[in-house]
Amino acid sequence: MMQSIKQQPFRAAVLVLVWGWLLFLVLAPNMLVVGASVMTRNPSTFISLPLNLDAYRQLFNPLYLDVFLHSLYMAALTTLICLLIGYPFAWALSRVEKRRQMLLIFLLIVPFWTNSLVRTYALKLILATNGLLNSALMSLGIIDEPAQLLYTEGAVIVGLVYLLLPFMILPLYSVFEDLRQDVLLASHDLGAGRLATFKNVVVPLTLPGVLAGVMLVLLPAMGLFFVPDILGGSRNLLVGNVIKNQFLDARNWPFGAAASIVLTLTMALLMFAHRLSKRRLGEEGA
Amino acid sequence: MTKTLLSLSGISKQFDGKAVLDELSLTIGDGEFITLLGPSGCGKTTLLRMMAGFEHPDEGTVTLSGVDITLTPPESRPLNTVFQNYALFPHMTVFDNVAYGLKMEKRPKAEIAERVEEALAMVQLEDFTKRKPHQLSGGQQQRVAIARAVVKRPKMLLLDEPLSALDYKLRRTMQVELKRLQRELGITFVFVTHDQEEALSMSDRIVVLKDGQIQQLGTPREVYERPANVFTARFVGQTNFFPGRVTKIEGERISVNVFGLNRDLRKPSFRVAMNQSLHVLLRPEDIRVLAPDDTEGVAGKIVERNYKGSTLDSVIELEDGSQVMASEFFDEDDPAFDYSIGERVRVSWVDGWEWLLAEEGDEPLTDEEELAADDAEH
Repeated sequence: MMQSIKQQPFRAAVLVLVWGWLLFLVLAPNMLVVGASVMTRNPSTFISLPLNLDAYRQLFNPLYLDVFLHSLYMAALTTLICLLIGYPFAWALSRVEKRRQMLLIFLLIVPFWTNSLVRTYALKLILATNGLLNSALMSLGIIDEPAQLLYTEGAVIVGLVYLLLPFMILPLYSVFEDLRQDVLLASHDLGAGRLATFKNVVVPLTLPGVLAGVMLVLLPAMGLFFVPDILGGSRNLLVGNVIKNQFLDARNWPFGAAASIVLTLTMALLMFAHRLSKRRLGEEGA
Repeated sequence: MTKTLLSLSGISKQFDGKAVLDELSLTIGDGEFITLLGPSGCGKTTLLRMMAGFEHPDEGTVTLSGVDITLTPPESRPLNTVFQNYALFPHMTVFDNVAYGLKMEKRPKAEIAERVEEALAMVQLEDFTKRKPHQLSGGQQQRVAIARAVVKRPKMLLLDEPLSALDYKLRRTMQVELKRLQRELGITFVFVTHDQEEALSMSDRIVVLKDGQIQQLGTPREVYERPANVFTARFVGQTNFFPGRVTKIEGERISVNVFGLNRDLRKPSFRVAMNQSLHVLLRPEDIRVLAPDDTEGVAGKIVERNYKGSTLDSVIELEDGSQVMASEFFDEDDPAFDYSIGERVRVSWVDGWEWLLAEEGDEPLTDEEELAADDAEH
């Protein structure tokens, strides 16, 4: 072992870097969160002994359960909308001529160069009572007085979809790129119409991309606390808001940590489902 | 020919303003094995895709058993395709791949199982039903693709260069298999290839295509022995082109001056005039290599010799610099028969084995065609 490390200093350096990174920046913080979640709340030192599961029990408090469920609902709705827009978008994108494809992907990525907080404020200006959208609708004579767009559930959903749509499109685009045209032709050739081909061939072959997209949208959609902060008002909270509030305002670290672990576990569950779907396609053997 | 199954008439197709098929007409008989042969870009694949329904012609009609199917979508045509790269459904088992077409017809489960079994037995894959395509070799995937296409008992099987991805030996095996399948099923096969050897050995008829037009349509023997034009002669097999000049026309015989010798030949089917230049075509196996002291033929020397197992292939350079390809079989009387480079010989051919072609305006071959012809030989 030592011999091989001496012989390959570069390989050793890379391994140390990767393992060091995982250990100190991934594993350690997560263990700290797990640790915090089983400790007792303490107003002066934040956390203290003894160990207990009070924080997890508190998650089942109807008040928080409501927030969780509402957050899950908003995230699911966001994911669904992203999927409904992203799926045909990615399909069309993969069928466009190569040079234009690069341009479209570039346009899709450009917004990332601006901080998402700034972009959310921009959205606020559009949705505000005397904002762009209301002015436009009124000057077109569609509405007589400004509609309440901001501080609604709809505004939060719009914000989340706007920020997360590229994360749905990119993995979908990649599976559509791999979808071979002749496999679709084979399906038609064997007697399947458009709908049957879509159901039996296109959907199963793009499922890994759908799951990857769902993973990349659903979890962040529960955590992007600044979106409800800016667009949502007090009733449209995300799990991310709960976690943030526990750490920064309520000073209840164990509870914040427990909520964050629930999010992490949900993510793990989704990743597991994603792996299963890939194995079904036989991609691991190929 | 037996009764007509499919007929294409006046088919034209353009892609980006470039004509791929140009007023092409073709009739395919019931039960025949017909091959579309040509270099890449000749329109053979487009023609096949038009039969399958993946492309529609800009002009012209496609009729199947007397019914116009020009615009019928592929799912409603009683034809099936074997794709170049098999196009198996990667997420389905071998069984489900083969069963797909029958499931689309909503056949009862028991019938599906029976017919899938039968189709897989035909390609000797009955023990592989539960495998996924990626767990099979290229040859096995090819067989699944064939089983999947024939299980629906189509009127016609369309094969798009189905053997091009296989290695030489497997390709030979599959050629025999396909011929056997076609005999057993008794259905029409339309086979696309750029491999002239494959076309010659498998087909009932060959359609030689170039630039979206039919160059020749005939049996393998007709195409090989009596090529219709210079392109076909060059594309199918190897050919020596000797320059000839008509020196005498007398009834059904003419005299042609080739390399300074006057040969008395049969009059060709095209019109000839005195002093006209024409091509005298000879396949390498038609060439006779004679001893240097022979009275017949033209003098030359061996510049290349290739031992091919059953034949000895040589290239002889004549005194005027032109080269002649010869291919001679070994015979049992002289097993040690061989040439050395530089050896003096004389070259001739058996009377009546030559084929005459009129000179064309568009000779010689472009580099592209040369490449395509080279490609086809390998």
